[in-house]
Amino acid sequence: MAGNSHGSQGAPGLKTMAPSTEAKAFAFFTETRLVGLTGRKASDLAQLLQHLTQVSGSCIFYHTHYLYLTHHFEKPRFYNEFANWVSQALQEERLAERLAAIDLLEMTSIRDLREALARVMQKHLEGDGKTIRTCPPGEEFHFCEAKSFIMPTGLVAAGVSEFFDLLGNVTNDCLHFHFFEARLRLERPTNDFSQWLEDLGQKRLAARINSLNPYAMTLDELKHEIVKLGRRYSSK
Amino acid sequence: MPIQLEDYQDVAGPGVIEELRALAGRVAGRKMQHINSTAVGGGVAEILTRLVPLLRELGVDAAWDVIKGDQAFFSVTKAFHNALHGKREEITAEMYEIFRANTETNLRDLNFTGDAIFVHDPQPAGLVARKAEIGRRWVWRCHIDVSAPQADVWEFLRPSIEQYDAAIFSMPDFAQRLPGAQYRIAPSIDPLSDKNKPLEAGYVNKVLEKYNVDPGRPIITQISRFDRFKDPLGVIAAYRLVKKRHRCQLVLAGGGAPDDPEGEEVLRDVQEAAAGDPDIHVLLLPPFSDLEINALVRGSTVMVQKSIREGFGLTVSEALWKRKAVVGGAAGGIKLQIIDGITGFLVHSSEGAATRIAQLLGDRRLRDKMGENGYQHVRQNFLVTRHVRDYILTMLALDHPGESMIYLA
Repeated sequence: MAGNSHGSQGAPGLKTMAPSTEAKAFAFFTETRLVGLTGRKASDLAQLLQHLTQVSGSCIFYHTHYLYLTHHFEKPRFYNEFANWVSQALQEERLAERLAAIDLLEMTSIRDLREALARVMQKHLEGDGKTIRTCPPGEEFHFCEAKSFIMPTGLVAAGVSEFFDLLGNVTNDCLHFHFFEARLRLERPTNDFSQWLEDLGQKRLAARINSLNPYAMTLDELKHEIVKLGRRYSSK
Repeated sequence: MPIQLEDYQDVAGPGVIEELRALAGRVAGRKMQHINSTAVGGGVAEILTRLVPLLRELGVDAAWDVIKGDQAFFSVTKAFHNALHGKREEITAEMYEIFRANTETNLRDLNFTGDAIFVHDPQPAGLVARKAEIGRRWVWRCHIDVSAPQADVWEFLRPSIEQYDAAIFSMPDFAQRLPGAQYRIAPSIDPLSDKNKPLEAGYVNKVLEKYNVDPGRPIITQISRFDRFKDPLGVIAAYRLVKKRHRCQLVLAGGGAPDDPEGEEVLRDVQEAAAGDPDIHVLLLPPFSDLEINALVRGSTVMVQKSIREGFGLTVSEALWKRKAVVGGAAGGIKLQIIDGITGFLVHSSEGAATRIAQLLGDRRLRDKMGENGYQHVRQNFLVTRHVRDYILTMLALDHPGESMIYLA
């Protein structure tokens, strides 16, 4: 049970996953969240950087991933909220582009991601620090964090074929949990789907799914791509 | 037949009710007590009116109690409310004493039955004094904009607020540096209430006729209490600018609330400003006028909520739910509900409001598009079902302080 077995190995912050009952089954979990407030806010880049180094990992994850989960009438300019803020409130376009360009797929932990964000901000401060403005009143950056609640969906796939049948019907929250949260927030080596498939000996399919860039598409598109790969490989 | 959870299945969208049942199962039988300052009038009472029965239907033992207070107390709390919103108010030692004395009375008279006690807004905030004696989990649910509070009032309340296990604010801008946890929970509307449910066109016209509003000409409407923060005089100024080019009418409609003694004074000012123009309709609606308010919104061409300070401004969501484009002041929660240029327009002045109202009056397709976007935006973010979920999650969060990922078996 991929979703379970990794957790029971002691993933940070999620220590009490249910025990596995069927070694080769995959249990789909879903996530719902309450948005936590930290009371921290930044009016300029120096403050943003200072708080960034002190806030929780859940806060960093929230501001770099939350927009992927929410509905947008128009695609956001950046999905990274730090990038959006320095663009809109500080009008620092170069910095915004550099923050947004941080390759989240290269990150294996929130710690890495925090350091990468801080490096880019620090470098910008050293280069252009004197000319960076303070944001207008009311446009401060407010640091939030997710308090996530993980629940079994009740959907359990006994084998690969059933897995891809069920995957087509899971919610975006479920997909987000197994694909994004598992890797970065729970520090699992890959997304849960690839890990499970690899455990079953489906190494090529696992690798193909792992090579998808989830940050370059919507969650609906990601689900479609995974199911498409699954169908292609299982018909071979 | 009373409204039930299942009735929300179609309006809230697939999976929502199932998720609520799954979450509620984790707090079944637990007592969730809400305490506020009024049983009718105002957004908090409206929300609790639906939220509490829905929680009970889900198996959560929810209860709702209202504190007592006389005119003097509510005058003080109105001044507190204004001061917390950032409007300068002179608060005397006597006023603090009235507040303290009233808190003492309610501490004596109220039964604290909840495993988790949700205390709404500043009026009953001092009740947390009982925590030292009875324990339990205490949550301060703040519905107002405390992003720039008047220091003396905030400092008076702070020792109480710091005793709560958690505080809930409607948006991140209102968060404070507090020792307990803080959560962002936006308020919500009930899509099936008299104020929001679908209405027959005939009834809408009947209500317009009752108030001498001509359904054949454009109607600009603001629904809100008569409160300076809602800037009704600014709305009249905007209307006068629009009127130069459009044969429009203005409806300013709202009810009073027992905990808002300042309302009458503002109403007099509005009536004075509107005098002499038969196309301005100032309507002080009695309690239980929800169906008529619903009809006034549905019959309107453009909705306005030109607040200068705002706790949240749920009238915006109520209008968006009826597929009306809204021109709103860029204040508080209005900024979450109006996505500028998508579900309406955000403005900073009467002139700005006039420009956008005129633009919408002249462009039916834009109105329709924004109205449809607004409906979807509210459906995803501001329905009571989401609010129920967030309160259940708060109960669960109180069991897991300091954890960011919680597994619910």
